[in-house]
Amino acid sequence: MFERLSVMLMKEFLELRRDRWAMFRLIVPMIIQMLVFGYAATFTVHHVTTAVLDLDQSQASRSLISHFAATSRFNIVDMATNQSEITSDIDHDKAVIAIVIHAGFSRDLENGKSAPLQVIVDGTNSNTALIALGYIAQIVANFSTEQAANRIFPSRSGLAVPAIGISVQMRPWFNEGLDERWFFIPGVIGTLTLMQVVSLTAFAIVREREVGTLEQILVSPIRPVEFILGKTVPFFLIGLGDIALVSIVGIAWFHVPFIGSPWVMLVGSSLFLLAVVGMGLLMSTFSRTQQQAFALNFFLLNPFFILSGFAFPIAAMPKVLQWFTLINPLRYFLVIIRAVFLKGVGFAVLWPELGALASLALIMLTISVLRFRKSLD
Amino acid sequence: MSPDNPAVLAEGLTKRFSGFTAVDHLDLRIEKGEVVGFIGPNGAGKSTTIRMLCGLLRPSEGRASVAGFDVGRQPEAVREHIGYMSQKFSLYGDLTVRENLRFFGGIYRVPHGDFNERMRFAISMAGLEGREDALVRTLAGGWKQRLALGCAILHRPPILFLDEPTSGVEPEARRLFWDLIHELAAGGVAILVSTHYMEEAEYCNRIALIDGGRLVAMGTPSELRQRSLGGDLFEVDCVPLGAALKALGSAQGVIEAAIFGDKLHVVLGQGGLSADELPRFLADRDIRVGSVRPATPSLEDVFVRLVSTTRETRAAS
Repeated sequence: MFERLSVMLMKEFLELRRDRWAMFRLIVPMIIQMLVFGYAATFTVHHVTTAVLDLDQSQASRSLISHFAATSRFNIVDMATNQSEITSDIDHDKAVIAIVIHAGFSRDLENGKSAPLQVIVDGTNSNTALIALGYIAQIVANFSTEQAANRIFPSRSGLAVPAIGISVQMRPWFNEGLDERWFFIPGVIGTLTLMQVVSLTAFAIVREREVGTLEQILVSPIRPVEFILGKTVPFFLIGLGDIALVSIVGIAWFHVPFIGSPWVMLVGSSLFLLAVVGMGLLMSTFSRTQQQAFALNFFLLNPFFILSGFAFPIAAMPKVLQWFTLINPLRYFLVIIRAVFLKGVGFAVLWPELGALASLALIMLTISVLRFRKSLD
Repeated sequence: MSPDNPAVLAEGLTKRFSGFTAVDHLDLRIEKGEVVGFIGPNGAGKSTTIRMLCGLLRPSEGRASVAGFDVGRQPEAVREHIGYMSQKFSLYGDLTVRENLRFFGGIYRVPHGDFNERMRFAISMAGLEGREDALVRTLAGGWKQRLALGCAILHRPPILFLDEPTSGVEPEARRLFWDLIHELAAGGVAILVSTHYMEEAEYCNRIALIDGGRLVAMGTPSELRQRSLGGDLFEVDCVPLGAALKALGSAQGVIEAAIFGDKLHVVLGQGGLSADELPRFLADRDIRVGSVRPATPSLEDVFVRLVSTTRETRAAS
């Protein structure tokens, strides 16, 4: 068993060494994608282009506008003078948001009535719109608290009206600054590894089938397990190297904390890679040619990415899609890697995810081995 | 393999793929030291048969034993005893000659003590002395193909299956390859080799002709010639041709007579006119005879004839 396995491994590594671009292909895209994700994957909204139409021209309205001008979230690009300018700004993408303060704004405030403020949002990018609306709500809330305070204190001579309010003291655990990079980067590590290792494994076997060397090996007395191990151990090791490499980039370059145990990380990564390699193998048993493998890869990887909890919460998905996430190794690994990086929890907490990965790995590898012998039929 | 067992024995071997029958009740017997040529048009079922015999495909029906082991039930034991080489030269292009040999030697678990000697043999057989460290993808077709054969026989298999091993190789390299095949056969190896080069069929001890998944004919090249014509072919140089043709057409024992260039081709069966009597027979009819020589039809003609007559009788029944 070990003799055949060792010649298989020797062959794989010789081929890898002969391939002058192999190291480049294995490492550089991973690092570049890590950097791109690290810088670009963020939901934070800054410098939203904003048009303002102030029809009230009062002290109160100017004060409100200055609140918007003071934050870097908004960029006031146009002080409009009439409604049609506002419409044109939004139509021409000059502004994503328009704030219209109607005449009578300050009068309503003085009279203690609620003063309406019109906000127009370009909803084509619903995500940005939603987030910007959140900021606006915050700014307006601050503004009205201030206004209320101003109105209470001048009348102190009369009956004191205490301002009643609930103040929320927020203290997020594990990521005090709510730095989104801390959330994204561990996810990126898992996602990139999945994509890289699944396709490497699937293509390596399909290529042997296409070239004809697979047939030559199948007529030899080699056992399916020996061949499959020989074919997958290298990609398992490459995957471990990938995870280590991009983790280092995340920790050293993006300063994502790693407070968990490296051992938990190693066990989690190994089980994840076994499942991922199993996925690649299974794909290869369904593909005769590299084109077919490519199509299958293309078809499967995006759903695996979307249905992993990388960016979109699984709990918010329809039930059927939630079931599908149960066979997605990335789903479990993302929980593990985020927990190990940020929470520092160990086996006692993560055993359900680790167990799920181990079962997935076992199932996929078993099906692959069973399908493998028959695959020439 | 016990001495009296044939190297390969197939009985009623059948392979059906969804909806069509690729190999249809094929019987085949190959003895040790015999080179059997597997001939037939594309899609006749040659590769499918070879793959079944190698244990790569499971027979749908019938049985076959290779080296005494059943291909359906003991494919692992079969694989220990066979060498296989297909039309795609299945070597690793990014590995050197030596590395490829070492890989296949390891896969077949060639004993360490024997390995160096066998590797040297394979290298000299392929004519690759001094190029042991060349990457295989840099080798020309003929060398690659002989190296592939070398890899396939590293473990000294008593039976070799070669699936169109010479396709795409230049004629001279093909000759060298056939010399190697005969050397191996002389050493007792049983060889089944499929080819679509008709001249290569001549190099085989016996030929199995298949069409539509069925065995059309099996025998030595000369047996097949005779069977296809129903007799022996002679080339007759005579004048005038027209009168000779007419006279022979109605003569007893003449199966067929046809003008072939400026001569006559005559097929003589048994129990009628013999070749010796032919000059007298023609001279009696005022035909001047120059010579009567035995002629050999090309194997291509033979195959076309055999296949078409079998197809006709099959269609009729």
